[in-house]
Amino acid sequence: MAGEVIELEIPARAEFVALARLVVAALAASDSTLPDERIDDLKLAVSEACTNAIEAHDAAGSAERVLVRCQAGADSLEVYVEDRGHGFDPSELPDHPPVTDPDRLKFERGLGIPLIRALVDEVDFSPTAQGTSVRLVMRLGVNGSEPT
Amino acid sequence: MDLGLDVEERDGFAVLSVRGEVDVYTAPRFRERLIELVTEGKHKIIVDLEGVDFLDSTGLGVLVGGLKRLRSHDGDLLLVCTQSRILKVFEITGLTKVFSIFDSVDAAVGGGSGGAPTT
Repeated sequence: MAGEVIELEIPARAEFVALARLVVAALAASDSTLPDERIDDLKLAVSEACTNAIEAHDAAGSAERVLVRCQAGADSLEVYVEDRGHGFDPSELPDHPPVTDPDRLKFERGLGIPLIRALVDEVDFSPTAQGTSVRLVMRLGVNGSEPT
Repeated sequence: MDLGLDVEERDGFAVLSVRGEVDVYTAPRFRERLIELVTEGKHKIIVDLEGVDFLDSTGLGVLVGGLKRLRSHDGDLLLVCTQSRILKVFEITGLTKVFSIFDSVDAAVGGGSGGAPTT
């Protein structure tokens, strides 16, 4: 798998998020050093990133497609999810009250980015000319993400 | 992508069994079904997640919204889940402290009447 690059462009619609995560999970499963639990983690992180991308497209009224690119290296699997919908700035997300605070129930959204951060070994958000690129990295041969 | 949503009555609880994948595409149907139950006057709901293959933050949002809605009616929303990959999502987000999660519908029915959840 090392050295392979796979690109997928999905329409920015909710029904295509499942396709994106299935393709990435299938590619990840072709590397025997990545345990099933880590593949599940990546699948969830990809789903969250694609959901954010689609919401960015919706907000911008963009009919462009969302790009999902998988790049397998010797030591890691990198997945890029790129929106063309003016993106979003994760640093501008509101802080949630602690989970024990009754006001926490007012927040039904905003759990995706914390999930991504917890699930993959490395993540960064970069502005592009058209939106935001989210880079998700899973190190191969590692059994779990590092403590945060 | 199929999402199964079956409801049955158990000792005063409405048990909503969810099957399939809960994500941004299917979550609206899940939310709608929960709201329907509350509108029908069912204020003690058990959501059985044992048949769920995948749950992301959109699904968590539906459950948080359901719990908020039920608490405003002095009701409650209990969860049944034993799958580690689904439980992990609740653990990472801290929602194990918000929801009572049981290992079976029987335990939830008993727990909702005063027993203890597994988490």
